[in-house]
Amino acid sequence: MRFGGLTAVRSVDFTVNSGEIVGLIGPNGAGKTTFFNCLTGLYVPTEGTVAYQGKVLPPKPHLVTQAGIARTFQNIRLFANMTVLENVLVGRHTRTKEGLWSALLRGPGFRKAERDSEARAMELLEFVGLAGKREHLARNLPYGEQRKLEIARALASEPGLLLLDEPTAGMNPQETRATEELVFAIRDKGIAVLVIEHDMRFIFNLCDRVAVLVQGEKLIEGTSEVVQADERVVAAYLGEPFEGEPGAAEAAEVEAAEAGATRAEGRETAEAEAERPETAEAEAAGSADSTEGEAQ
Amino acid sequence: MTDTTLQTPAERGLLPLPAAVARPLIAVGAVGTIASAFMSWTWTPDFPGNLTIYGYPAGLQILALVAGALTLLYVLALWRVKGLGWLNPSGATSPVLLTGLSAFAVCWFTGIAIAVDLGGLVNLDPGAYVAMVASALPVIGALALPHPAPGTGLKGYLTKPEQPRPGTLSPLAERAVVTVGTALGLVVFTYGIGINDDDSETFIGFLLVVIFAAWGLLHSGLLDRYSVMSTRHKGFAAALAFVAAVIFPFTQSDDHNANIGVNILIFATVALGLNIVVGLTGLLDLGYVAFLGVGAYAAALVSGSEYSPLQVQFPFWAAALTGMAASLVFGVLIGGPTLRLRGDYLAIVTLGFGEIFRITVNNLDGDSGPNVTRGPNGITQIPDIKLFGFNLGDAHTFGSFTLGRFANYLFLMLIVTAIVVLVFTRAADSRIGRSWIAIREDETAATAMGINGFRVKLIAFALGASLAGLAGTVMAHVNYSVNPQPYQFAGAAPPNSAFLLAAVVLGGMGTVSGPLLGASLLYLIPEKLQFMQNYELLAFGVALILLMRFRPEGIIANRRRKLEFHETGQLDVPAQTTLSDDAAVTKAGA
Repeated sequence: MRFGGLTAVRSVDFTVNSGEIVGLIGPNGAGKTTFFNCLTGLYVPTEGTVAYQGKVLPPKPHLVTQAGIARTFQNIRLFANMTVLENVLVGRHTRTKEGLWSALLRGPGFRKAERDSEARAMELLEFVGLAGKREHLARNLPYGEQRKLEIARALASEPGLLLLDEPTAGMNPQETRATEELVFAIRDKGIAVLVIEHDMRFIFNLCDRVAVLVQGEKLIEGTSEVVQADERVVAAYLGEPFEGEPGAAEAAEVEAAEAGATRAEGRETAEAEAERPETAEAEAAGSADSTEGEAQ
Repeated sequence: MTDTTLQTPAERGLLPLPAAVARPLIAVGAVGTIASAFMSWTWTPDFPGNLTIYGYPAGLQILALVAGALTLLYVLALWRVKGLGWLNPSGATSPVLLTGLSAFAVCWFTGIAIAVDLGGLVNLDPGAYVAMVASALPVIGALALPHPAPGTGLKGYLTKPEQPRPGTLSPLAERAVVTVGTALGLVVFTYGIGINDDDSETFIGFLLVVIFAAWGLLHSGLLDRYSVMSTRHKGFAAALAFVAAVIFPFTQSDDHNANIGVNILIFATVALGLNIVVGLTGLLDLGYVAFLGVGAYAAALVSGSEYSPLQVQFPFWAAALTGMAASLVFGVLIGGPTLRLRGDYLAIVTLGFGEIFRITVNNLDGDSGPNVTRGPNGITQIPDIKLFGFNLGDAHTFGSFTLGRFANYLFLMLIVTAIVVLVFTRAADSRIGRSWIAIREDETAATAMGINGFRVKLIAFALGASLAGLAGTVMAHVNYSVNPQPYQFAGAAPPNSAFLLAAVVLGGMGTVSGPLLGASLLYLIPEKLQFMQNYELLAFGVALILLMRFRPEGIIANRRRKLEFHETGQLDVPAQTTLSDDAAVTKAGA
């Protein structure tokens, strides 16, 4: 995926098998979300293809969802002024067919389809634990429940592969734990899950396989142990170790600089970090990527 | 009805009068206002509405009478007179103040108008003085009464009080209430429309009373309760509204008012079609009136008018379908290339299309282009519609009622409006309607949920266009002729795109009754206040700004938008036990 002269994602060859939870990690700006956007057709890849169950998908979001890949967003994108139930019903869009005519005529087929959709949606709300809030507006839900609702909405399209973009961002440990359970439960339904996350404990608890993306390229892919042990991963996150002992003067300099930075920036650092992946996407760019999402 | 206690008395009101004096003062004032309506207010019948006769209220006096009676009712309810508790369950002061203000406004407006119109205070009869003095008393009294938010000055009187949870009524009783409400609405509407076009003063008085009284009713919680009831009996309320609209022509002796009624319905129907595009799907269409024009011209061309280049006469149903189909085609043609754009681009393209339509129609006159529309002269002498052997152009007599030409068209238009309302409500509450709203909320997320954004938007655009086209076919026949002049972006008289958009926004986006009400107001006000014709656009601009400042969701709020603009919490859902986080965890883990 190239944006002007910058390559955001390059030659990422990647396969997800059915019933698998795969993690995608990498420092900020590595191109994880861009990779997701390529998979789901929000970006048209400059080069490369996405295949699902052996079929190459056209880069159109609604066709990708139709084929069976659903996603959530890093910054929650619910339909804020629709009720919880309506949000999930919108997710059912690709699995129902009733068009304008049947809506106007309201035949028995239409009513049955609406009833079925509603029953299915309630099942999903039950599944994520929001059944009691079906008539609330999505915007009025607390943050954690909005995340859950987004997952329920994605599940409503009956996907074979679910893409979760930082599902635990901004959650406390308890909520993170709940999300973990939820992802396992989704996997147990036979749905493959690809998850982007910065919370390493979450990722390594959850995932069968983890891929590391650094500067748009896949560094390594393997089980938790393999990835955790890899020196290059550590280097990508923390930087290269110094050659030899640093001089006392240098150490003091670094310390002073760090202290100053912490004091001066404080809160801003956190905000800047939260935004950086996006900025990076827009500016980052690069050559090509071949993305292959495969499930089942 | 349960009798609720008064709010904890906030010891004193704005004016230093003991409550024991203030309340009788209000009652006396209200009674005085009522009495004054039976006196002569001026010596000459030159002033609109003939206010000269003792013992027989007319025009503005009737309005003063109604406002005075409302004030009296509310002060008695505040006094906890048995049987009136339901009027003001929260026992707040503001309904009394507002109804008092309605009487005050109409009486003082009349007094001043008489003095100004006829040139001097000498033209006021004693009745007018009585009315002005008496109507001021309730306002003074109400300002002296304690109000729920002490120390906030005048604003405290106008804060909408919290309502106690209303008692339940049996479904039958609720239906009765809805019936009475609809009947009242019909009476108010009929009265307003029946005011002579030359009696601008009376119409202003009417607006003053309606606005303040409605405000008072809103504060007393009655309007909220009524809207809850009518949503609970949605079908019943809709049927009643239809019946009321059918009754309307029978209450009119003059076909002129039926003419106004037809035009309101046409305007309202088109606004409702626009509401699909703007209110539900969130596409800003600034050239919508062109689709009305396409429908009207299509119907005119196949109407058999001798000025139509096509010498064919379709039966009405075929003409209606032709008009719809023509608008649909234009809708798809315009929408196809532009709906891939987002936001402002679409607005600009539709604005351009609206103008292109008008200019093209102007030029297809045989000189600058082929003769299709006869240019600025338009297609005239469109024959009346014949339906089932009835010629809608003739007056028909039913028993003691004579229904004129416009009354006939009113019935036809009612059927069209009913169809459009049905289409709107059914489409909105379905898979396709949800996808429209989803697109309005967040287009990216909607496409990621599998919605083909372009396709769904095109359906909304085409549906809106064809509904406007349908209304246009009737309009061509009602007006005998079509010409390019009305189909512009903004102008002094409806319909034009800006007015239609204003009707939707003013009434309330995404609702059915909102655009109907908005269109009625926007049509009636310029019709009845002819003297302001030159300042009309200015007045509407000011009105829209005020509305956007104080009630951005429109007069009738969609329940969603109400929450969007006024953070008041949840929808009015019955109290439910929400699952705690722990329960959710176990559920998810299971």
